[in-house]
Amino acid sequence: MSEIDATDRKILNRMQDDLPLVSHPYAAVAAELGLTEAELLSRLAALKDARVITRFGPFFDAAAMGGAFCLCAMAVPPEQFEDVLTKVNAHPEVAHNYERTHRLNMWFVLATETPEGIGDCADAIERETGVPVLRFPKLQEFFIGFRVAA
Amino acid sequence: MSIAITDRQIIEALQGGLPLVPAPYAEIAGRLDMAEDDLMARLQAMKDSGVIRRIAAAPNHYKLGMTANGMTVWNVADDRITELGAQIGALPFFTHCYERPRAGADWPYNLFAMVHGSDRDEVEEKRGQIRTLLGAACTGSDILYSTRILKKTGLRLRKKD
Repeated sequence: MSEIDATDRKILNRMQDDLPLVSHPYAAVAAELGLTEAELLSRLAALKDARVITRFGPFFDAAAMGGAFCLCAMAVPPEQFEDVLTKVNAHPEVAHNYERTHRLNMWFVLATETPEGIGDCADAIERETGVPVLRFPKLQEFFIGFRVAA
Repeated sequence: MSIAITDRQIIEALQGGLPLVPAPYAEIAGRLDMAEDDLMARLQAMKDSGVIRRIAAAPNHYKLGMTANGMTVWNVADDRITELGAQIGALPFFTHCYERPRAGADWPYNLFAMVHGSDRDEVEEKRGQIRTLLGAACTGSDILYSTRILKKTGLRLRKKD
């Protein structure tokens, strides 16, 4: 896809906020934005194909379902990085994972269905990779703003 | 029968995303063999209870030109962190700000704040604002730039039989 244009930006800004839970939600948002439903849908599909939008849909809160989130970090020796990455990412509990500029060079979030699942999964990753998994559960959350001005 | 459909089945049907079709809930309801109205009522209940935070798009910061992403970390006096964390959380440029446990001498940081910018200069400028705000309550800090997205899928439930 080519550069995103002003209409795409308008769509991106709106779609980071909650979609109305109605039978035809895209028609409702299209009307707000002065677009047709068909145009909104085709632009959303293009933005998804181009990975400008990585995911579109409900954001589930693992904690509200009795589960848990935990930020984890590992100091992975560079020569083992790809091997460790494959093993870490193979766990479906790994929701996202970033390489970062630090001795602790792999940072990922575990999302599990039970609080015990965090320790189980982190322990399993340690066993499989031989690299310690530091765990940084949140103690306080000061703000979560998801929006990025497009 | 919809009575047999569990929240888990609904979540599994939606965790890949909401279909980009005019009536997405009707499509998902069809896959689950339940009525659209029933599905929407169940989803509303999940929103009310907080299981669903929102139904929205997750943008790719990189593709939007926000190519610099720094996780700033700070060692903040425990008796000041709640007050100062709230002030940092109120700054306009954060996506996440948390207190987390320290991890030994190597990792004395207990406040994590994610900063995005179009380049590292912009991120550093924002980092400077945090440093000013924390003042003497902060005795150490670092920044970890992300160099690669290794995975980004959102929550996935393991399949259960």
